[in-house]
Amino acid sequence: MDLFFDISCLVLIISGSFFVVVGAFGTYRFPDFWSRLHAASITDSAGVILLLIGMGVYSGLTLITFKLLVIGLFLFITGPTSTHAVANAALVSGLRPPKIKNHIQNKVNSKPPTKAK
Amino acid sequence: MFSIAAVAIFIAMCLVLVRLIKGPTLYDRVLAVNSFGTHTVLLIGVMGFLNGRPDFLDIALLYALINFVGTIAILKFFRYRAIGDAMWTPLEPENEDQK
Repeated sequence: MDLFFDISCLVLIISGSFFVVVGAFGTYRFPDFWSRLHAASITDSAGVILLLIGMGVYSGLTLITFKLLVIGLFLFITGPTSTHAVANAALVSGLRPPKIKNHIQNKVNSKPPTKAK
Repeated sequence: MFSIAAVAIFIAMCLVLVRLIKGPTLYDRVLAVNSFGTHTVLLIGVMGFLNGRPDFLDIALLYALINFVGTIAILKFFRYRAIGDAMWTPLEPENEDQK
């Protein structure tokens, strides 16, 4: 049973570190803001959860596990919220993905402007 | 095991920091700051386990709280150019009555 906990802790922490590095590499490397947003949320969901579960398995049932649970719950709520807030602010300020921007411009150019109401 | 996680998080923080300096728009930078804060929370926790003192998790929790509030405050400031001023009124759209 001890060996099982050790191996599961090792697997969880290594895979969590892998997802953290993948998310950061996508944040560095992707060409567009919206795809960077997608890459950064990998760290917020998969990396954080796997690393915290791995640390919880390592520490056993103590106060440390409760603190890890609280951190995990908080990050689980605030990570998607802040990602959504950044995306919403960028959308309101007029930033668009390149293809959708061209699509909207084509639609606007092909149709004559109709008066509302 | 925890040293591998610490090195991985450190590399990830360096990559995010490059995006923070390079980022063309403001929102790239806000996203990078938010991601950097999440990485910092993880690094504090992992360093606590690495040194054998997991009491650092309280600091990690505090850092997560400050990170979330800071991101929302930066976004609100760059949208309204004010953070909850007492005498503040929203700007009226100028071409509203021209329609």
